[in-house]
Amino acid sequence: MNRLSTTICVILVLGLASLMAILNLATDAGSALHVPTYAVSLVGKYLCYAILALALDLVWGYAGILSLGHAAFFALGGYAMGMYLMRQIGTRGVYGNAILPDFMVFLNYKDLPWYWHGFDNPAFALLMAVLVPGLLALVFGWLAFRSRVSGVYLSIITQALTYALLLAFFRNDMGFGGNNGMTDFKDMFGLPLQADATRAGLLVASAVMLCACLLVARFVVTSRFGKVLIAVRDTEARTRFLGYRPESYKLFVFVLSAIMAGIGGVLYVPQVGIINPGEFAPAGSIEAVIWVAVGGRGTLVGAILGAVLVNAGKTYLTGAFPELWLFALGFLFILVTLLLPKGVLGLLQRARS
Amino acid sequence: MKSVRRLLLALAIGLLIVPAASRADDAPDPYSGLASQSFEDIAQAITTLAASGNPQAAPTIAALQNETLFVTPDQALLIKTDDGYTNARTGEKVADVVEDDLANVRVNNAVRRAIEAASGALDLVSPDPATRLRAAAQVFTSRDPTSLPLLGAALAKETNAQVRTALLQAQAAAQLASNAGSEADQLSAVATLLARGDIEAKSLLGSLHDNPQAVLAKATAAIASIERMERLWSLAQGLFYGLSLGSVLLLAAAGLAITFGVMGVINMAHGEMVMLGAYTTYVVQSAIAAAAPGLMGFSLMFAVPAAFLVSGLIGVLIERTLIRFLYGRPLETLLATWGLSLVLQQAVRTIFGSSNRDVTTPGWMSGSDAVMGLTITYNRLYIIAFAVVVIGLLMAVLRYTALGLRMRAVTQNRRMASAMGIRTPWIDALTFGLGSGVAGMAGVALSQIDNVSPNLGQSYIIDSFMVVVFGGVGNLWGTVVSALTLGIVNKFLEPFAGAVLGKIVVLVALILFIQRKPRGMFPLKGRAVEQ
Amino acid sequence: MSTVRSWLRGAGIAATALAAFLGSAGLGASQAQAQGTIKVGILHSLSGTMAISETTLKDVMLMLIEEQNKKGGLLGKKLEAVVVDPASNWPLFAEKAKELINVDHVAAVFGCWTSVSRKSVLPVFKETDNILFYPVQYEGEESERNVFYTGAAPNQQAIPAVDYLMANDKVKRWVLAGTDYVYPRTTNKILEAYLKSKGVAAEDIMINYTPFGHSDWQNIVAEIKKFGSAGKKTAVVSTINGDANVPFYKELGNQGIKATDIPVVAFSVGEEELAGIDTKPLVGHLAAWNYFESVKSPVNTAFIKTWHDFTKKPNRTTNDPMEAAYIGFNMWIKAVQKAGTVDQDKVIDALVGVAVPNLTGGLSTMMPNHHITKPVLIGEVKADGQFNVVWSTPGTVVANEWSPYLEGSKDLIADWRAPMSCGNFNVKTGKCGGAN
Repeated sequence: MNRLSTTICVILVLGLASLMAILNLATDAGSALHVPTYAVSLVGKYLCYAILALALDLVWGYAGILSLGHAAFFALGGYAMGMYLMRQIGTRGVYGNAILPDFMVFLNYKDLPWYWHGFDNPAFALLMAVLVPGLLALVFGWLAFRSRVSGVYLSIITQALTYALLLAFFRNDMGFGGNNGMTDFKDMFGLPLQADATRAGLLVASAVMLCACLLVARFVVTSRFGKVLIAVRDTEARTRFLGYRPESYKLFVFVLSAIMAGIGGVLYVPQVGIINPGEFAPAGSIEAVIWVAVGGRGTLVGAILGAVLVNAGKTYLTGAFPELWLFALGFLFILVTLLLPKGVLGLLQRARS
Repeated sequence: MKSVRRLLLALAIGLLIVPAASRADDAPDPYSGLASQSFEDIAQAITTLAASGNPQAAPTIAALQNETLFVTPDQALLIKTDDGYTNARTGEKVADVVEDDLANVRVNNAVRRAIEAASGALDLVSPDPATRLRAAAQVFTSRDPTSLPLLGAALAKETNAQVRTALLQAQAAAQLASNAGSEADQLSAVATLLARGDIEAKSLLGSLHDNPQAVLAKATAAIASIERMERLWSLAQGLFYGLSLGSVLLLAAAGLAITFGVMGVINMAHGEMVMLGAYTTYVVQSAIAAAAPGLMGFSLMFAVPAAFLVSGLIGVLIERTLIRFLYGRPLETLLATWGLSLVLQQAVRTIFGSSNRDVTTPGWMSGSDAVMGLTITYNRLYIIAFAVVVIGLLMAVLRYTALGLRMRAVTQNRRMASAMGIRTPWIDALTFGLGSGVAGMAGVALSQIDNVSPNLGQSYIIDSFMVVVFGGVGNLWGTVVSALTLGIVNKFLEPFAGAVLGKIVVLVALILFIQRKPRGMFPLKGRAVEQ
Repeated sequence: MSTVRSWLRGAGIAATALAAFLGSAGLGASQAQAQGTIKVGILHSLSGTMAISETTLKDVMLMLIEEQNKKGGLLGKKLEAVVVDPASNWPLFAEKAKELINVDHVAAVFGCWTSVSRKSVLPVFKETDNILFYPVQYEGEESERNVFYTGAAPNQQAIPAVDYLMANDKVKRWVLAGTDYVYPRTTNKILEAYLKSKGVAAEDIMINYTPFGHSDWQNIVAEIKKFGSAGKKTAVVSTINGDANVPFYKELGNQGIKATDIPVVAFSVGEEELAGIDTKPLVGHLAAWNYFESVKSPVNTAFIKTWHDFTKKPNRTTNDPMEAAYIGFNMWIKAVQKAGTVDQDKVIDALVGVAVPNLTGGLSTMMPNHHITKPVLIGEVKADGQFNVVWSTPGTVVANEWSPYLEGSKDLIADWRAPMSCGNFNVKTGKCGGAN
């Protein structure tokens, strides 16, 4: 039955995303069926968040690693993409400098910092977008799991990690644009970013990547490997006594999850048009955990559902009740944890049985 | 009235010493200068007025200092008093004043310096040694050469050793700055300043350039020697800064050491308990200001217990309505309390508005003192003391009271404690209330150094968790050592690495440390750890 | 686990997901423009870290719109405010801007505070060809067709302040202290170049950057004190932002740095920020703005009275960004009346050259670079938390959107009138499009 919900989810995500893309491109603005570009980018953004939620559910739901710093991997992927998009601006920046991004020109940089080289190449940038979060997760996870840091302690140091990155990227001397980050992108892979077709394409790409991540995640958790992983989550000591090495299992799934989060970030940046250190804020990571909790932890599909639901709610409430929406959001989190320990998906499950 | 008499006395002395300046007919009229729009004219007028011997000078300058001196459209000067206006020049009452036409006599920093110099010089012969001391300090900063004769007169009859030193220093400053007196006088002045040896002395010595060559050479040597002392003291100064930051971290984390450390509740709304404590301080101060302004100096004494009660009661309420359903699910309490923190922030924003609230610092907590080569700011000193008291009380409660005994029993073995007849739910609520209450008291301290805004708590929550985890969960001593270590390390890194990089270095070091010792510096031992 | 049941369950999931998708997509299609009103977007954070500053601007905009409606609205229609909360989250600013423009069809947007929020919404306004009024002093180095900057550029705030201190306090040594983000960085770059051009030696300039919300100022203030003890008159130029100011000023007061010894001149501290501090130890420290609440002019008195009546709080302060919002709003009204339509293209063209009264008693004009002319005032902090204006420019100052003191921008000018219509015209190469 889990397979079924996955299938339905894939069909829905792909179907609706393509439908929206088609309706956006094929109908006139006046038509009743028309989907505005604004909605296309918005749903695209939700799907990127869904990828992050999925990645988080993979480690939290199946390996028991509650990462409070997962948005860091998302943001690192985003930064790699942002650097590529920044280089693509070329002479169209306000200072018209072919090599240096605007923020470097007015901070009197003479040359491109060494770590910016290569990012004009899309393949290299995409490689970096998965490599950097992956490597960070590898090093961090190797150190942490080997010393058997677990539970709350792990959560706190992942939070410290994303906080340290927040402060680091915030520094103007780091060469990533400081607090302003990177904005005003023009085009990617030669396609103008503001064009409806690019937006629609990005939405479909996000849907496809989300589904691919979902299928990979599902393959991992239903395999023999996944069974051991769940054993590690439930009783780590017993699994170790049975001869397994829990740290290797955790490390693998942690790195995989970080890479997925990085992919989410890659797709996120061109759709929202900005990447800045705010994405590293610990609050962002905690919010991602809440999406998973709202949808239903350890279900994969639930994470996607939660991310979309909470973000759609946020979009609606910040517009409709600008002064009160934080109350609504806060109470939602409290009520979900108190009343719906298995999330919305669990509720649906209960309604069926 | 006392100050007026003092001023008159001083003016009398001034009159004897500087007779030329008192001739009103050849000096420009100071009163028309005061009505001017030009700050230079006003400052000049103050100096002239102070030296003029005019009996109205003292009240006029005092009014200027209190911002109660006004100019009318026809350039007359009026002093606002409790029962109307008086003419500043004559001291006579003035009727029919159109308040809308009045403008304050303009004051800026240059005018303020002139006022300080004038009143400083005049206060030198006050009968009150504290006033004389303050006046001497004022002359020391103003370095006004016209006060040299007054200084000489004051020194001649000064008996208080402390004031005498201050007067000598002021004399040295005025002498050197104006290149007055013989070379021998100036050399001894440099020696006086070297003996003072602080940053102001260095500043003055560094500003000399027209003085005789020998004096300049000696000044350069004196600066070098002061700087040597400074470097020595900077280590101790850094330690004080570190201790002070550490005590702030300790206060912020102390409540969490109970709720998270002892009970295992990941309380993301801990910062909001601190924030509520800070807002309680604001409310208490507003109430005192309205009901009994005389007690304002003691407002914090009322605020501390009030903050403890407010945050503590809210803590008990939270435990009863929320946390108790989530025991055994620590990570889910994290989510619920995060939601709660959003609600509390927005609630405070709705009630008090989103801008900062003004919490007054009582007089005894403001300012600083130089102890040898150290600058000790009072508010920081009191916060260190407050942290010691809070932690001491907390430890005493846990160790020596029945409640503390039960708390420890429940956290160590809930079922056994329950079997022994302890009402565990009640103890849980009280423990959580205690932790929250301590957070509230921390809020009182933080209101003295930081913003009182709805975001106050957010800025301390991550640091608080770091402190508790680094020290070792469940170990109050660990929290103390950890907070102080983090504070001191941070403050010693800051000068080299800068504030941002310093913090990043500390965080990375912390992450690596936890990897080496996953349970902090002082881990709890025994079976409870495995849970 | 019958197949039927799992099918049903699947259908439930599908229905929920569908609802979520359509819910968000539907936002675009629904909510047609209400008849007979002109909508105005207000894009200021009401929660998160920036709420502390931006909430006031939301309130002042609501007041201005209410006042305009009392006067009969605009073009015979009532104005309607659409308030959203971008929650101090920069990508959310872009999303909410899109929502205001695409869903609510607002005629213009008044909003943003931080530079990063403005940068985030910029592509949205360019793409949709709408209008943004930006009411906060900022670092300059920008001029866009769709944005009207009613706050000060660095030459309308920073440089006059430095000139004042050089002339009146004979300051020879400078500490440039700021929060590490783009406004302080750029302003300090400009000031450094300016001070050097005035003959200040490099060792007489100390630059210090701190993170947002920095709360422990002990050693930085001690360092300033030490730097100021080198025998030359020293001043601090502070571009410290928002939250960090309260602990900074408290530490200044406690370490006994008096304005008569080392004056601090700030560009981001106004009446609103001082409301959270006991100002008695700070008397004499300075701020440079284009407006102070204490300015005596009939129009300011009337404005303050309206504000107190509107908020029903007789003590609520006014500040410089509020004046900028006031000017921006009135300029937009006047331009719409001039163009006879709210059509953005026509209003953008009509805006250049529009002059409206500012609150200091003069007129501010929208220049072709989309910045306005403003007087510059220097105020000293008083014991009651207000400012005492000690100096002001004789007339208004035109904004240098591109600073002549920066390498990259010294040859650039902006002029949005036809035929130039360019925000970064290079006078050396004679081409539109930056320095190279």
